[in-house]
Amino acid sequence: MRRHLVTALLVLAVIALFATPLLLDGASEYAGTDSQATELIEESDAGYEPWFQSVFSPGSSEIESGLFAVQAALGGGVLGYVLGRLKGRRTAEKTARQTAEQTGQQTAEQTGQQTAEHTGRQTAETAATPPTTP
Amino acid sequence: MHIAEGFLPPAHAIGWTIAAAPFVVHGARAVVTEVRENPESTLLLGAAGAFTFVLSAIKLPSITGSSSHPTGTGLGAVLFRPPVMALLGTVVLLFQALLLAHGGLTTLGANAFSMAVVGPWAGYAAYRLVRRSGGGLLPGVFAAMAVADLATYVTTALQLAWAHPDAASGFAGAAAKFLSVFAFTQVPLAIGEGLLGVLLFRVLVVSARPELERLGVLRRTPEPDEAPVAEAAPGGER
Repeated sequence: MRRHLVTALLVLAVIALFATPLLLDGASEYAGTDSQATELIEESDAGYEPWFQSVFSPGSSEIESGLFAVQAALGGGVLGYVLGRLKGRRTAEKTARQTAEQTGQQTAEQTGQQTAEHTGRQTAETAATPPTTP
Repeated sequence: MHIAEGFLPPAHAIGWTIAAAPFVVHGARAVVTEVRENPESTLLLGAAGAFTFVLSAIKLPSITGSSSHPTGTGLGAVLFRPPVMALLGTVVLLFQALLLAHGGLTTLGANAFSMAVVGPWAGYAAYRLVRRSGGGLLPGVFAAMAVADLATYVTTALQLAWAHPDAASGFAGAAAKFLSVFAFTQVPLAIGEGLLGVLLFRVLVVSARPELERLGVLRRTPEPDEAPVAEAAPGGER
């Protein structure tokens, strides 16, 4: 219970941290710092000419944000897959241990191992479906 | 922290590439060794790379009225030590340079040096410092994530100041200018990134305990079956 409370508070803190500026100053443009730095160079070092152009530039800001979304989705997908597999493995171990306790000392190891293998295989299959939310 | 394509003079571009290259090569070898010797690490390595991938794609608003993105390199630095992140961070930067026109090939060396070398090492140093002085795992992770993030942006500001010193006030003036763009904006983001790292580690401590113990992030605890024996042993638990 306490564990869930701490998790909820941490999530809320992260959301509050990034929502506050928007609520306080919604009129601001929130320009990226990377482009601000570029503008600063153009201002202070006016004679400087960029000597190389990007090999590929997304045609519009829509395409650009789409590609950023792809990057986030790839990362989120892999991260979710890993966390799902780890969680599934832990559940399998727990089930194995419970079964082992029930079956008694002598056969415990065998049965436990079998259950673990069986559940592990099942969980692996379930986890192989990529999670949807990043 | 992405220095735009072509915005470093050729000498700087080549210099930073030469400076970053050995770290990246060393990092690639560290990843290969880790996967070969401990195949069970592959999952967590994937998680470390994925974390950087997500976080560096998301630009977040800051109280300064500008927006910026976290780096997420502290996680892998804590789990696998910094060299691994030199490779993973550079892969992310290469992806963004090629597909998003974000950063660039000529500035890849400088960007890799700040995000994939300085960030992870600074974060790892902060982590070790917290753990050495008796701090727990989660405070250590928070420090690692936040410091890796901030150190990356401070490095970028200094790199830019070196390449484009102010006409009147020189390097110091330019550094102050670029730091005011990058560093202040980054403070809330670094805190947020620290909190995200804590959230993720709270999950890992439960579900990836064997890996964390093997990597030395968590101290080995006795198996549940052996617990009573270990408790009875004198000095077994402090």
